Amino acid sequence: MARAVSTRHKVVATTAAWIVALIIFFPILYTIITSLKTEPEAIKGFNLIPSFTLESYVTVHTQRDYFKPFMNSVVISVGSTLLALLVAIPAAWSMAFSPTRRTKDILMWMLSTKMMPAVAVLVPIYLIFRDTGLLDTRFGLTIMLTLINLPIVVWMLYTYFREIPGEILEAARMDGAGLLQEIVHVLTPMAVPGIASTLLLNIILAWNESFWTIRLTTTNAAPLTAFIASFSSPQGLFWAKLSAASTLAIAPILIMGWFSQKQLVRGLTFGAVK
Amino acid sequence: MATENTRGLARLMLTPSVGLLLIWMIVPLAMTLWFSFQNYNLLNPANVSWAGLFNYQYFYTDPAFFQSIWNTLLIVGGVLLITVVGGIAIALLLDQPMWGQGIVRIMIISPFFVMPPVAALVWKNMIMHPGYGVLADINRALGFQPIDWFAQFPLLSIIIIVAWQWLPFATLILLTALQSLDGEQKEAAEMDGAGFVSRFIYLTLPHLSRAITVVILIQTIFLLGVYAEILVTTNGGPGYASTNLAFLIYRTALLGYDVGGASAGGIIAVILANIVAIFLMRAVGKNLDK
Repeated sequence: MARAVSTRHKVVATTAAWIVALIIFFPILYTIITSLKTEPEAIKGFNLIPSFTLESYVTVHTQRDYFKPFMNSVVISVGSTLLALLVAIPAAWSMAFSPTRRTKDILMWMLSTKMMPAVAVLVPIYLIFRDTGLLDTRFGLTIMLTLINLPIVVWMLYTYFREIPGEILEAARMDGAGLLQEIVHVLTPMAVPGIASTLLLNIILAWNESFWTIRLTTTNAAPLTAFIASFSSPQGLFWAKLSAASTLAIAPILIMGWFSQKQLVRGLTFGAVK
Repeated sequence: MATENTRGLARLMLTPSVGLLLIWMIVPLAMTLWFSFQNYNLLNPANVSWAGLFNYQYFYTDPAFFQSIWNTLLIVGGVLLITVVGGIAIALLLDQPMWGQGIVRIMIISPFFVMPPVAALVWKNMIMHPGYGVLADINRALGFQPIDWFAQFPLLSIIIIVAWQWLPFATLILLTALQSLDGEQKEAAEMDGAGFVSRFIYLTLPHLSRAITVVILIQTIFLLGVYAEILVTTNGGPGYASTNLAFLIYRTALLGYDVGGASAGGIIAVILANIVAIFLMRAVGKNLDK
């Protein structure tokens, strides 16, 4: 009896969940489908079965030089993430393992810098970039994204490092391990998962950042966000091509995102929800 | 001695991060504040003069200013309403036993990873387009006139797109919180004859309150700065109908070349964001003490 009810419950829940999920996922699904259509097919009205042509993908590569913005996105998001890790790992490490009375205040202050609205400093940043020749350079954008994501990186690493038991360090020290040995043999293996999660989440954030990447670039350093935004002008309005470019732009990050669901919650809530 | 050493080393390790953020926070903000008191137009950069409070006055008396503040609040409020209510509902649904939960989760979380320009352009062209969009097709199939979303309901259209992007975030966080709810408590309530509704109101909702607070506060920070979605869909129009504060400042600065006016707007945006930030810091800070 109870078993029958639970099966029915499961059937209802499954049906409802799949309907909701398909509705939410539909715009992405339809973009992928449209990217496999020809241009006339794409505007012919609702149709879920494309002719499976790769024409638009080819056109996006040949006519619009898709590879350049793609590489810009890769260089900028990976570069800014590595740079942020380089600066943040020592900071998070020292706050997690030798906290002082001010550690909490420093963490809070770092978080507060994240709350400054980007648009409020658009003018000075734009002028500084213009005057130093950083406008539309990969280097300038990498620095920019490093700075805006640094607080999140420090915070995430801190919440991971804090969970490494300090006693292990003491034990290693008692056994006569030097600082270098301690770091290489004891701490690093325990810290790697946390660092990897932070890396993953930060690449996602940097890849999708759509204010500075659009405003501080024009052509040379324009990453995918700016490239796609350029499709908003009517001349660029070719739906199968837009869909192909969009699919290529979101695919790598979508797949990375699926693997980082748990870290996402933790990272974006600054450890407040685990 | 050793502790002295460690402490010195710890400080040294902390310095680059703190230093960089300190520069990042102080220099541009100080420049914005300074510019906000200047007559400074990029078309006439040789002619910069002290303006006093003129820029603020100018911004304050511009009818677009109040509309943009109102639009900013509508975007934040509208998206929060949709994502929090929808997020709770979907999280409750996902918490049930079902087949294929992994795939369902992946589909629901996906919009969060779509970059804003893609999300906005896909919705604008493939979903909401009055001629060829899917919604227009559905309308026609049902015998209605298709809706020209961005002309008739520009702000609502943007709210829908942004809500679609943030719904996964709310759902994921609320689901995480939901799954930490003690199963025994739930069973006990069930045994005592508490129905679904009373279980939800007296047990689940209080348990979720903290996660809901976090969702509201974090989303608000990002939602105050919605930009790319407006840029690629309505470009702030028609008129100022879908211009929020961030977009108005961008317009003043890079389309109007008015450094002073844009800076005054920037300072107002900072004040607005700070009011929100104070609440967020308090919520996150409490967790740190635990």
